[in-house]
Amino acid sequence: MTPPSTAVLHQPLTLEFDYTRSLGPVLSQYMSGLAAKQVLGAVLSDGRVAVPPPEYDPVTHEQISRMRPVSDEGVVVTWSWVAEPLPDQPLDHPFAFALVLLDGADVPLLHAVDAGSPDAIRTGMRVRARWADERVGSVRDLASFEPAADTAPGPVPTGETSGAEGITMTSTPVRLAYDYAASPEESAFGRGLKEGRILAQACPVCHKVYVPPRGACPVDGVPTKDPIELPDTGIVTTFCIVNVPFLGQRITPPYVSAYVLLDGSDIAFLHLILGVDASEVRMGMRVKAVWRPEGERSYSMETISHFEPTGEPDAEYETYRRHL
Amino acid sequence: MTASAHRDVAVVGFAQRQMREFDGSPNCIELLVPLLQELWEQTGWTKEDIGFWCSGSSDYLAGRSFSFVTAIDALGAVPPISESHVEMDGAWALYEAWIKIQTGEADTALVYGFGKSSASTLRRTLALQLDPYTLTPLWPDTVSIAGLQARLGIDQGLWSEKEMAEVAARSRTSAASNEYAIRRGETTADDVLAQELFADPLRRWDCAPVTDGAAAIVIAATDALPSADKVSRPAVISGIAHSVDSPSLGLRDLTRAPSAERAGAAAGGASGVADVTVAELHAPFSHQELILRRELGLGGPEDGVQINPSGGALGGNPMFSAGLIRIGEAARRIWSGEADKVLAHATSGAALQQNLVCVMEASKDKTL
Repeated sequence: MTPPSTAVLHQPLTLEFDYTRSLGPVLSQYMSGLAAKQVLGAVLSDGRVAVPPPEYDPVTHEQISRMRPVSDEGVVVTWSWVAEPLPDQPLDHPFAFALVLLDGADVPLLHAVDAGSPDAIRTGMRVRARWADERVGSVRDLASFEPAADTAPGPVPTGETSGAEGITMTSTPVRLAYDYAASPEESAFGRGLKEGRILAQACPVCHKVYVPPRGACPVDGVPTKDPIELPDTGIVTTFCIVNVPFLGQRITPPYVSAYVLLDGSDIAFLHLILGVDASEVRMGMRVKAVWRPEGERSYSMETISHFEPTGEPDAEYETYRRHL
Repeated sequence: MTASAHRDVAVVGFAQRQMREFDGSPNCIELLVPLLQELWEQTGWTKEDIGFWCSGSSDYLAGRSFSFVTAIDALGAVPPISESHVEMDGAWALYEAWIKIQTGEADTALVYGFGKSSASTLRRTLALQLDPYTLTPLWPDTVSIAGLQARLGIDQGLWSEKEMAEVAARSRTSAASNEYAIRRGETTADDVLAQELFADPLRRWDCAPVTDGAAAIVIAATDALPSADKVSRPAVISGIAHSVDSPSLGLRDLTRAPSAERAGAAAGGASGVADVTVAELHAPFSHQELILRRELGLGGPEDGVQINPSGGALGGNPMFSAGLIRIGEAARRIWSGEADKVLAHATSGAALQQNLVCVMEASKDKTL
């Protein structure tokens, strides 16, 4: 069992991003159809009807030019049971993913079948679509399928589609949950911050001092195992004055973002320079960390609130030229 | 791509790590550093001897952007190195490196793959590799899609649950002697069949375990092996090829893997795979080994062909390196003298959508 003091730090991390995509002519017709409770298939070069429609013919690679309505009922071609549904799957209780061959189509569609239990679904079983109440032009407009064992196949829709392309965009929300772990070096650094210390590591080959410490010296590719405690003073190597407001900004512009090179280290890191007018900040300026009060300290770099000038004379350019 | 190389390239170094849960950062630098050190010991080379570097990994697994750039710290990239990356299994990184050596731009390459599968719910995260318009919004997970494929074959009489269980049992039993495998132990088909269904028709042992890990391989043109080379019996790549099938699951006959057949035919070349005696197949689900053996025209143990002596992906399936590990495991059998001709296979995408085959032979040139 690893003692807690050396175990790596973990933190839940949730990434969320909505993919909004424009639809080409084929998928635009398909999604527009779904919004109107109509399933459209692509007529392929060999005469087969494919749902969902590929945008290009799998044999000739020509763009699909003909779409044809098919039924929203069909037959289960194969299925697998989902005993514990995952977030965002079509149903939140146990269900089957299945390939469903819709009446009038020649290529099966992957979707969910709300069968209740694995005993209540079988290959060859008839199913029918359950449409979402609110339809927006997404594959989720077709909410799921349900058993339709008692129904005879309905008539397959005939005729061509209207070719309507009302829906031209589709949006897919993506939420991914991670257990994010820091590396052993990052963990030691984080623990140091919480104690008000800055822990760096040195490369055993080139003796460069890295802060925050890394898993390996990027020059030599060897682990940087030797811990070194650094002072919380250093210099500004290069900087920029932030004048542009952006989403999530926590300080009112103008303010200074700078690379700070701590005394005794060989790599600068990005931090804030406050306590001085932005126009006064210059390369070589001596600065010192301003720590958050003890009760507010965490494993995060934010434990250092910012850096502010010490008032000492600036460093000579030659002393930090190689760190730019 | 043609399977007959103009320039012979050999696999000369291989190192790997597999584990249930890697307690470290998703960049896996801590995993990669010792792997590289192992490779330097195996080959007698240093990083200066490497002309090209290529990795396989995915930011979706890491949960952060540019994770493969961070991982380069492990290489010691100063002075600057020639480097590339694929968002695929490291086996495809090896393919890119092989091409690079064919062009003459490099004589040697180090390829690696890494991934921390346990950081998120792997089977759900992998829905992001599907068609983003028509499939990803339904979040079909890897296991469910494999289940659809397995049942199609069962229903059509192409394979049975018993045959699947036999694959799972043999894999677990073989993995027992693989120190890197994470799921292993003497197992019979009856033991497998006695398990509850996990994702009907699949049992847990039909599915590869979620595995963290990394692997790295050194390849080199045989006309440019540095004198320090310590590998006395290099595994010369006699053919390597990959192919892909449609991203539309419905358009594919899921009981088949035509891209595996095409890659196998191209990599096998004129002599085919008839005299292959060891095959390492990247089959994350038991029935997929049965599909692959048919597509590649490989016999089984009864025909003198050892299938997955390492235990294969059912013993451990670290994302982005499990395919590369197949190449390393197969090459190892040539180094040791156990085999003269071996086949390695890697897969990527849903339900064997994309497949790579690498055939390796003991060099006929004694001077190597």
